[in-house]
Amino acid sequence: MSMKFVDEFREPELISRTAEEIRRLAGGRHYRMMEVCGGHTHAIYRFGLKDILPENIELIHGPGCPVCVLPMGRIDDGLAIAQQPDVIFAAFGDMMRVPGTQGSPLEHKARGMDVRIVYSPSDALKLARLNPDKHVMFFAIGFETTAPSTALTLMRAKAEGIHNFSVFCNHVTIIPAIRAILDSPDMRLDAFIGPGHVSTVIGCRPYEWIAQNEHKPIVVSGFEPLDMLQSIVMLLHQLRRGEAKVENQYKRVVPWEGNRAALRAMAEVFQLRPYFEWRGMGFISQSALRLNDKYAEWDAEQRFVIPGIRVTDPKAAQCGEVLKGVLKPHQCKLFGRECTPEHPIGALMVSSEGSCAAYFNYEHRKAMANGLSSIA
Amino acid sequence: MCLAIPGKIVEISSENQNSALVDVAGVRRKIDLGLLQDDKPAPGDWVLIHVGFAMSKISEQDASDQMNTLRALGEIEGAMQEVKGYGLEEVN
Amino acid sequence: MSAPPATSAEPAAIRFRDPQIEMAHGAGGKASRRLVEGLFAPLLFGNAPGPLGDAAHVDISGTKVAITTDSFVVNPLTFPGGSIGELAVNGTVNDLAVSGAKAEALVVTYVLEAGLPTSVLEGEVRAMARAAAAAGVRIAGGDTKVVEHGKADQMYITTTGIGRLLRGVTVDPCSVRPGDKVLLSGAVGDHGVTILLARGELDLEADLRSDTRSVLPLVEALISTAGPGVRWMRDPTRGGTATSLNELARDCGLGVVLFEDQIPVHDAVRGACELLGLDPLHIANEGQFLAVVSPEYADAAINALALAPGGSEAQIIGEIREQPAGSVLITTLYGGSRIIDMLVGDPLPRIC
Repeated sequence: MSMKFVDEFREPELISRTAEEIRRLAGGRHYRMMEVCGGHTHAIYRFGLKDILPENIELIHGPGCPVCVLPMGRIDDGLAIAQQPDVIFAAFGDMMRVPGTQGSPLEHKARGMDVRIVYSPSDALKLARLNPDKHVMFFAIGFETTAPSTALTLMRAKAEGIHNFSVFCNHVTIIPAIRAILDSPDMRLDAFIGPGHVSTVIGCRPYEWIAQNEHKPIVVSGFEPLDMLQSIVMLLHQLRRGEAKVENQYKRVVPWEGNRAALRAMAEVFQLRPYFEWRGMGFISQSALRLNDKYAEWDAEQRFVIPGIRVTDPKAAQCGEVLKGVLKPHQCKLFGRECTPEHPIGALMVSSEGSCAAYFNYEHRKAMANGLSSIA
Repeated sequence: MCLAIPGKIVEISSENQNSALVDVAGVRRKIDLGLLQDDKPAPGDWVLIHVGFAMSKISEQDASDQMNTLRALGEIEGAMQEVKGYGLEEVN
Repeated sequence: MSAPPATSAEPAAIRFRDPQIEMAHGAGGKASRRLVEGLFAPLLFGNAPGPLGDAAHVDISGTKVAITTDSFVVNPLTFPGGSIGELAVNGTVNDLAVSGAKAEALVVTYVLEAGLPTSVLEGEVRAMARAAAAAGVRIAGGDTKVVEHGKADQMYITTTGIGRLLRGVTVDPCSVRPGDKVLLSGAVGDHGVTILLARGELDLEADLRSDTRSVLPLVEALISTAGPGVRWMRDPTRGGTATSLNELARDCGLGVVLFEDQIPVHDAVRGACELLGLDPLHIANEGQFLAVVSPEYADAAINALALAPGGSEAQIIGEIREQPAGSVLITTLYGGSRIIDMLVGDPLPRIC
């Protein structure tokens, strides 16, 4: 049985033909396209898209990995809260192996902390209902794709009067990250592959300044191989014609105006932080969310005292440059040596969709087999 | 931020209009429809699921249009190649 | 894991540097391997080089027997398709089978948590008796320990099995050659996904059962038809097919190339993995085995498996090549490929 809305977009014959079309359109010119979202980075490696794209299409991995850009100090803060008696630390699986200065959530679990993996923020709320004598702290991460679900969960907690529940909010927003990329002096990009699932919430309008002010084409893309390849075709058409506009490749799912109900939920619960630190990128203003005053009671940062200590990465880690696409993962001096997925030093090795981890897991041994990479 | 999967709504809960059972290749899970309040899905509809919430309805029409566009790719080019092969340019 | 005989009395160098034992060390992936190779092997197995197999072949006064042991720690104790008791019997029978031996007798150790209801223990003992009868193996004896409430997660079971070598096959990763085919006896991941769902934390339901069974009949069918062509076998458990194949690639120094479209996966396993962001190749089985067979025997081998009871989903899933040496590569029909590595610890669901 095939999976509907998935397998059609993995049809081998069509993939080959679309790759051919890309080859034809790209001609001899070199194009640098950034895929913003970590999910797209993951898809590129999972489907081996680099094997079928011509060499002159260079895909640069962007900063859209919410785990990767989370400063280590914030993990320490979340774990500090969970160390209080009778607190259950609930988080997505993605967070479980991310190291804080005293170890990752899973390592803390091994030492006796009550740590639970949840698939949904609503599962964390359910834990609170089932454990009235404990406090459940949900460590929230994610871009605008995930923030509405956290928001709705908080609205439900408030409506039901569930008070043994709080959220430690690390939601970040994508537009400031893209702005930071474009403001970076080392940046040379021709086009963007836009984040498909964030766009189901924010729609396509928020990207118009990229096309109008920065004159870079952006195509909002789905995540199956044919989605990404079709998006590259659309970008090439624009680039060949000297155009720069926002296009929606992922029409079957992304509404141009976004999801009003989701945006309403976010406005009801969150407010923008004046600034927030992005690991590898420094402080970015208006780039992250916190719970607003109406929801102060469910804000873990207000209910608990947190250390709030900034932890800086070792100077040798070149995460910032890799995050902005200036360096390729294997060009960082620590890659594959001191910094591996098992012993991650920097942000991009910590999450499996971080550029360095993805490159390490899926790519560099292929490159070695072809004599292209020098890591032994 | 991005792992979202298509699933088919099997049934909407009678106690809670915002709760539905969705099926993904035979795996079933309760999901929250709260983000689709403005455009409520019905059983049989396909939705995009992320962290247990429905984010968007999936349009069969748009999916089908996309497949048609993809299938047409290269056909125009292919037809042009064929015409070139007839050597018509040489006819004056 | 088991090792070739120790040949040296030199003091062994410990290479295991982790300061404490973590869950990852028991997950069957990279961390487990580090523990075994870095601590157990130098101290227990001597400095003899050579790959670690599923069972050890021991020479007792000229008669070769196979011996292996395995522990079973599973939560929940019972799940669709089986329970810890069945795993404990089949797991050890299977380790012997894929090393080329028929299990003759098992001994079992129970570590029981005080407070465990007798009915639960009885249920598992009955399950073991049934599984042993089905597998044609005798349970010859055992030991019991009881620990305080709060330890042992209700019960842990260890089984140690002894068997005689099957004629007509030699299992040795060093005999693997480029061009050999990689076979899998059935669908990947049913056991692991069943357990994940049975824990209830993820609120997913599916019509899935653990695939726990003795693979000995299938192994015997394979050997009787293609024995001379069989180079290597393994039963993928924790860490999944990816881990077993990575171990093979490391042990033989060649590349294992898989064809994604040929890997059998049940719909619900696929659905759960897509939903949770998991790769079925990293998910445990308890009733399947991998085999590497020379090309001349590959067709006969797959036919023998397909015709044997329980082998209808057997597939040729890949082949051995020179490159990428020491790694596992999976390829798609449209020409994409990626390296499949061992995981560090258990696979975790993701949302990104």
